[in-house]
Amino acid sequence: MSKILRINTKEKSYDIQDAQGDLASLGGRALTSRIVLNEVPATCHPLSKHNKLIVAPGLLSGTAAANSGRLSVGAKSPLTGGIKESNAGGLVSQKLGRLGIKAIVLEDKPENNAFSLVVIKKDSVEILPADEYVGLGNAETMKRLWEVYGKRVGVMSIGPAGEQRLTAACINLADTNGRPGRAAGRGGLGAVMGSKRIKAIVVDDGGTDKVPLADPEAFKAANRRWVEILNSHPVTGQALPTYGTAVLINIINEAGALPTKNFRFGRFEHAQDISGEHVTELIEKRGGKTKEGCHPGCVINCSNVYHDKDGKYLTSGFEYETIWALGADTTIKEIDDVAMLDRLCDDIGLDTIETGVTLGVAMEGGLIPWGDGKAAIDLVKKVATGEPIGKIIGNGAVFTGQALGVDRIPIVKRQALPAYDPRSVKGVGVTYSTSPMGADHTSGYAVAPNILKVGGDVDPLKKEGNVELSKNLQIATAAIDSAGLCLFVAFAVLDTEDGVQTIVDMLNAQYGLSLTPDDVIKLGISILKDEHEFNSRAGFTKVHDRLPDFFKEPLPPHNTTWDFTEEELQPAKHFD
Amino acid sequence: MDTHIQVKLFASLKKYLPDHSERFPISPGDTVADVLKRLGVPLEEARLIFVNGVKGELTSVLEGGERVGIFPPVGGG
Repeated sequence: MSKILRINTKEKSYDIQDAQGDLASLGGRALTSRIVLNEVPATCHPLSKHNKLIVAPGLLSGTAAANSGRLSVGAKSPLTGGIKESNAGGLVSQKLGRLGIKAIVLEDKPENNAFSLVVIKKDSVEILPADEYVGLGNAETMKRLWEVYGKRVGVMSIGPAGEQRLTAACINLADTNGRPGRAAGRGGLGAVMGSKRIKAIVVDDGGTDKVPLADPEAFKAANRRWVEILNSHPVTGQALPTYGTAVLINIINEAGALPTKNFRFGRFEHAQDISGEHVTELIEKRGGKTKEGCHPGCVINCSNVYHDKDGKYLTSGFEYETIWALGADTTIKEIDDVAMLDRLCDDIGLDTIETGVTLGVAMEGGLIPWGDGKAAIDLVKKVATGEPIGKIIGNGAVFTGQALGVDRIPIVKRQALPAYDPRSVKGVGVTYSTSPMGADHTSGYAVAPNILKVGGDVDPLKKEGNVELSKNLQIATAAIDSAGLCLFVAFAVLDTEDGVQTIVDMLNAQYGLSLTPDDVIKLGISILKDEHEFNSRAGFTKVHDRLPDFFKEPLPPHNTTWDFTEEELQPAKHFD
Repeated sequence: MDTHIQVKLFASLKKYLPDHSERFPISPGDTVADVLKRLGVPLEEARLIFVNGVKGELTSVLEGGERVGIFPPVGGG
């Protein structure tokens, strides 16, 4: 049984129905994007009652399949104006899977400012006043909700940024310790949740049975092979667990593609100070954890818990993109300042990539000095208090650049670029340009074959082969996001002959289907078609696939430029 | 005539880092593999090789003056 729970946020009512028609077979990103396409008018204002916020576990979420606890959150993005799927760990996805809920759809919006709390249990859905939580950061909100509803319930909530409906606002998810270390970060989805005046959603799967499996023995066998694939690959089995994702600081720096000082240079002279190796050393010295899963059942454990110099908890989920954005991009080299900024972003509910790039733009505009961690901390704190400069920062890089008269704003479709300079990792540059999500690295992670020699080997400094590479990765990623699998499984899947087949075996054993790997590709393509169709209806054309003009300037040390025309990029969006 | 390179070893390979890694002596014509053997780095652990920021191979020939970065298998994002 799989149901769709629709919550009318104006009436404080709900309706729960079996998923009908084409929705019945979809999950995760496939489902969020299909509902957005079918039900959200593409021309609507993203903060209006016509937008919907959709929360969907992946197809495998809730089962014992390793690394299958990722959640998709979708809507029309207030940041980009296009479709958005933002993907997160935490506890919600697996619990929804076990409750048999394929999607939560938040609809309409209240006419007053009173916030609500949604509590979902096996036999009940409650929409309760949330006055006592309004104004709180995510950390305190989650702590109190665990006290009231029990430890280990799933929580997704917004902080002051989402309450104010700022376009850099994310939705945070309680990690396995009840802290806001996980986030559906990108695209301002926290603002959509804020517009519907939902402070938090609590998901309790107490009393549920295991997810029904059509063929339990076949499922068990496939999952056994799945775990073996993940454990035996050097990246998912050793590298990610040992050094976390931030090991990339040194490697991308060495490759000359670590965007530094608002995308001026490809190397940061203080890369060592913010590197994954250094973070690991400090965690080992100060306490904390070097290995942690973002959801139960993860066998990769790339996350961490980071303590300050006094051995007290500072932040968690302290990862590559975050450290780069708040560190190299702003030239802040004191790792404890970077960690404090991450903590503030998690608590206030700000996307760390958007916020780091925004701080770089603020430095560009002379609002605070380059590399000044303390000034950056003070500035980010102002987002929580709602003063005007905080509202400017909390609205992201484009808004801040405009407010400060800056001409160097690294964005595509109004979303800030992530941690790889597109001039020297051209495959991911194609993804930034052509993904329906705006500048996003996860939606077609060409860094793997461009730099890491995983899933092939394509020259990152030349144009050849990178459009096709990005396109194929975008297709595969859309399918992975629909299964509820962590994207990092791709490192192993791309290098393992029976990788995709093993995922298909699990899906078939769970649902009693007879899918083939070709069907996975078809699913990926159908998702991208839905997403591009929505964007097209919203008014996006190929001119929106341009990178800002300053990427035509050479990037040291390789002195590469962004040299694709928009026509050359279009094949990445054509699937027939 | 001897010359020098800058050697950078990362993650689990850091333990093989020599003294004077910023000016590590080589003979022109040495390959990356020659250098790694001298440092005691098991060649199978040198998964990613960068010579002046460009992907290299164990067989890449060094002339002196290069920046050579070596990584075990890594990933993230």
